[in-house]
Amino acid sequence: MLSPESLKKIDREIAKYPDGKQQSAVMAALRIAQDEKGWLAPETIEFVAGYLGMAPIAAHEVATFYNMYNLQPVGKYKITICTNLPCTLMGVEPTVEHLKRKLGIGFGETTPDGKFTLKEGECMGSCGDGPVALVNNVRLCARLTPDEADRILAGLE
Amino acid sequence: MANEVIFHSIHLPESWKLENYLKAGGYDALKKVLAEKISPDEIINQVKTSVLRGRGGAGFPTGLKWSFMPKNYPGDKYLVCNSDEGEPGTFKDRDIIRLNPHQLIEGMIIGGYTLGAKVGYNYIHGEIWECYERFEAALDEARAAGLLGKNILGSGWDFDIHAHHGYGAYVCGEETALLESIEGKKGQPRFKPPFPASFGLYGKPTTINNTETLASIPYIVKHGGQKFLELGKPNNGGTKIFSVSGHVNNPGNFEIGMGTPFSELLKMAGGMKDGRKLKAVIPGGSSVPVVPGEIMMDLTMDYDSIAKAGSYLGAGSVIVMDDTVCMVRALERLSYFYYEESCGQCTPCREGTGWLYRVIHRIEHGLGKPEDLDLLESVAGNIMGRTICALGDAAAMPVQGMLKHYRNEFEYHIQHKKCMV
Ligand SMILES: Cc1cc2nc3c(=O)[nH]c(=O)nc-3n(C[C@H](O)[C@H](O)[C@H](O)COP(=O)(O)O)c2cc1C
Ligand code: SF4
Ligand code: FES
Repeated sequence: MLSPESLKKIDREIAKYPDGKQQSAVMAALRIAQDEKGWLAPETIEFVAGYLGMAPIAAHEVATFYNMYNLQPVGKYKITICTNLPCTLMGVEPTVEHLKRKLGIGFGETTPDGKFTLKEGECMGSCGDGPVALVNNVRLCARLTPDEADRILAGLE
Repeated sequence: MANEVIFHSIHLPESWKLENYLKAGGYDALKKVLAEKISPDEIINQVKTSVLRGRGGAGFPTGLKWSFMPKNYPGDKYLVCNSDEGEPGTFKDRDIIRLNPHQLIEGMIIGGYTLGAKVGYNYIHGEIWECYERFEAALDEARAAGLLGKNILGSGWDFDIHAHHGYGAYVCGEETALLESIEGKKGQPRFKPPFPASFGLYGKPTTINNTETLASIPYIVKHGGQKFLELGKPNNGGTKIFSVSGHVNNPGNFEIGMGTPFSELLKMAGGMKDGRKLKAVIPGGSSVPVVPGEIMMDLTMDYDSIAKAGSYLGAGSVIVMDDTVCMVRALERLSYFYYEESCGQCTPCREGTGWLYRVIHRIEHGLGKPEDLDLLESVAGNIMGRTICALGDAAAMPVQGMLKHYRNEFEYHIQHKKCMV
């Protein structure tokens, strides 16, 4: 179900926790699975649960509780934009409007070519660099003016 | 003086690398502890003398917290660092990890030694992935240098640290939700008591401290608690990192002595953007009551001064707003956040945050009724103090603060169905 590389990464996470506490690695394991598959299909979540020896329902609970797991397929690039108060004060609204218009989609939607998904996010602990957005859960983009957003989009192939 | 305790070496190129931290005197405190076999009690005494108060928001004295850990416990004990920084307006822990991860690691190792812990976990906010990777790299460096892991610096003492990442849940910043999350569960806060010092991670005695708290420890051990205390003011020891965001020219983190006037901090942050007028400040992260600008200009940045003005220093997250800000809109966005992030365990929080958001939303959209303001006050009052964790209070306090100082803007919205500003 998951590649040998992913399983190796999960094993490294399991080793961080005491013997018998491998359930502690479930958040990392789901993240690793999502990185490989793009999203967490129910059977992927169940595979992870089985690998860690936990009840499938317990893994589903984790996957649904935390916002950064994709429970549905997303575009090749998921762009999560922080719209919380500090980022709003620092001018996120024109950027959001610009991106929605340019990509022709709203929050929670994916472009028809499957390339971009836009998502509304909460504070990313980076307000001083606001407005900020996160690409595919890993790359934080700072000081996001409409122009800067264009530059970032152009760099995503 | 700025940047004396935690940011003292961040001007160096690649300040996050072990070799550069060592050049700046890094790990001296740990070496001193192990070479001189300083007793855990003596370290706790120094931390008490320093009047270091928890930097995660509640300001609880760290020395006292450390003294709660059982001493002769036969099993494993844990130290957990809270780097889940998700409170809107807060971004200091990110810069500690990004720019000076080894000082946090050194603080955690000394903490582990003092508390008799076997392992430490650092729970890092999911959205700052690059910091998670940098922290893991720093751990590898420390292990390779014999500073972490088995037989630390030849002392015969073992202690290891691991990074655990969050994945998008504000409530996991609450310490018992964070423990649940490390255990691989949904991040739902636990009933207290029992407190983590007796029943923490995996049911074992556990101390949870904020990143900035732990990163302050090496300085206290190296220079003594008294010196740290004197960097701030009585009852408010040390320096504090303030995260300044919003309508300023130069947003960012500023490490300054506790008790520095707000006006000076505002100057350090480049002053008001476009020379506009200061309207209001949220001085300690989105959860604390707003303070009008003119009151704020007379305050100093420390727990006691901000508390006198009816708010809290919190995590030192200073959100600056100019006179273009509509307070109804601002509060609507914050209330949406708490509604979204409530874990749903307690009725007053689950239902109350929904009510708060819906009522403020309808006021903002011109559908408010005159009785709505009393309704907001009653809903907020019914949440306060009636929930398992402080997220409920965190949702209620901004509403109470806004209605106290800016009631007229809400009334104007209800009457005229539009903004006053
Ligand atoms: C909803 C909620 C969110 C919190 N978020 C954080 C956080 O992101 N970081 C943090 O250090 N403390 C946070 N806290 C406070 C922690 O529960 C805890 O008091 C703190 O980590 C203790 O460390 P300290 O004594 O060093 O401050 C939060 C509390 C609540 C109720
Ligand atoms: S106060 Fe809210 S977030 Fe905290 S435990 Fe209760 S429902 Fe969950
Ligand atoms: S509010 Fe956007 S990163 Fe904090």
